[in-house]
Amino acid sequence: MGLTDSQVATLKLKAQQIRRKTIETVVWAGGGHLGGALSQVEIMVLLYYHFLNIDPKRPDWADRDRVVLSKGHGGIGYAPLLADRGYFSEGLLEEFNHTGSPFGMHLDRLKVPGVDASTGSLGHGLPMAVGMALGARLKGAAWRTYCILGDGECNEGSVWEAAMAAAHFRLDTLTALIDRNGLCIDGTTEAIMALEPLADKWRAFGWEVTAVDGHDFRELAGAIEAARRSTGRPTAIIARTVKGKGVDFMEDQAAWHYGGLDSERAALALQSIDRRSDTAGPGRRAP
Amino acid sequence: MSGTGLTYHVYDVNHMTPAEIYGQVLTQLGEGREDIVALTADLARSTKIGKFGERFPGRFFNVGIAEQNMFGIAAGLALAGFTPFVSTFAVFAALRAAEQVRTDICYQNLNCKIIATHSGISFGQAGSTHHCTEDLAVMRSFANLTVIAPADGYETANAVRACLDRQGPVYIRIGRGFEQTVHPGEDYGFELGRAVTMRDGADLTVIACGPCVLHAVEAAKTLADSQGAGVRVLNMHTIKPLDREAVLAAAAETRRIITVENHSIIGGLGSAVAEVIAESGLPCRLVRLGIPDVFAIVGYTDDLYNLYKIDAAGIGEAAAQLLGVQVQAEDDWEDEL
Repeated sequence: MGLTDSQVATLKLKAQQIRRKTIETVVWAGGGHLGGALSQVEIMVLLYYHFLNIDPKRPDWADRDRVVLSKGHGGIGYAPLLADRGYFSEGLLEEFNHTGSPFGMHLDRLKVPGVDASTGSLGHGLPMAVGMALGARLKGAAWRTYCILGDGECNEGSVWEAAMAAAHFRLDTLTALIDRNGLCIDGTTEAIMALEPLADKWRAFGWEVTAVDGHDFRELAGAIEAARRSTGRPTAIIARTVKGKGVDFMEDQAAWHYGGLDSERAALALQSIDRRSDTAGPGRRAP
Repeated sequence: MSGTGLTYHVYDVNHMTPAEIYGQVLTQLGEGREDIVALTADLARSTKIGKFGERFPGRFFNVGIAEQNMFGIAAGLALAGFTPFVSTFAVFAALRAAEQVRTDICYQNLNCKIIATHSGISFGQAGSTHHCTEDLAVMRSFANLTVIAPADGYETANAVRACLDRQGPVYIRIGRGFEQTVHPGEDYGFELGRAVTMRDGADLTVIACGPCVLHAVEAAKTLADSQGAGVRVLNMHTIKPLDREAVLAAAAETRRIITVENHSIIGGLGSAVAEVIAESGLPCRLVRLGIPDVFAIVGYTDDLYNLYKIDAAGIGEAAAQLLGVQVQAEDDWEDEL
């Protein structure tokens, strides 16, 4: 059931395109959350170009799979992907962050087609995803719910309230993907407020847990397929990633959580993405 | 009546608390509406939402003692097409989970109904950890949110039904225990955003909400009997959107207004009324009764109502004082300008 070589090649190309478009959008926006937008790319691309049961022509289709980008600051990487997937015209991205634009740093469900929940304040997404998964069960609907969390976000108590509830309600259609890039704004997650042993924590809360290289499509796909087979328990996939992935001068640099790019820097970033897209290299080693 | 088609009374206001009536009305509504789901955070019995859970266990979620999570889950259920009713104590809805209510529910304009019990100082003996004299101030500032403080059990039933017909988030705050009724029944023309004139009068207006409506009516009767004063009493059950016309009419016609609420004098009904009067430019004296800028002491609720002068005696005292104040007529005011 794994991905074929040609599927992996197509997904890698798509990841490269989304990274490029993210850089361009940051330039138009005057700045953006580059680090986390680049670390989540493979997770988002794999969902949107391989797994999700969606119809971009009908963003409100009742039976669509649901996605909650709980790390809402990833919006500047999410919007280019939604545009590429056909939810809205790519030209609109040029207004990102502009006064009156539908796009701000944190995407608003009521303004951006394809966004299932307005996020931005950390610790809010997983509870909403739990509600969506409960809703699917109540309706007897087949949709699955995916929630993408930041690792630093897992400092929030509400994440663990929701983790407890998801296991209690046996929400096996819910999958949490944790973008484990190891950095929050002020430094490494382990220095600011240690998360490890993170997998053990999720396991102790009653979840199926797998830890994978979050930039390796095959590993990620295997984990998502396993989550889809799981019964009785929600699944947490800890995706080990590199913050700023693909742009050599941003990788693993807490300072690039948010930043702006002049034309020279943007060109360097695009060159780096193109240069490295063939040999993307592995994600972060397990801490 | 609301458009829910339910016009029969199956509750006995003389023996039921507003919360018990809420539980019963919600259960009735649940019979015809498969989209209604209910959530609580280990307060199924205290808030009476458990009544719905007994009848519809599949549509009832007790999330344990985790209010932030509860409001997030409610948002998710609303996003999935359901109409969640969420109940906990006011202090936990408005303060503990304030950001989830604001960001998950109000910002996304979700069709979620929050019925909060134990509001104000109605849980007097529990102390400030369980009092909530700030919820109207907090909730009133959230865009998209309708805020209601029903006067009694009948009005609670009306408000719960009416909120179902109003698309978008609604916050209803009720008390803890038994409350005497002030309305003779539920057919008095309850309408969201429209004050109910309990008594008319031309000398002074008392604008009240929640249990203070009854106190205001009692005070007005006493003032009429003892001084022959014409005291208008408005039941301002909807704090937002406020019935501006009723406030402006009272300011213009009686020129003396007292607000009374089971809430801090900062940010609640009194503030909402003050904003309307101040912006109108009408010459009108205003006295705000409520909990002053303190954490209320512990005590029996009725004792606290008396201490903070939001009972009939306190309102009567404030009214007698205000009636003695000369208020410039509007034409004099214009002369000075």
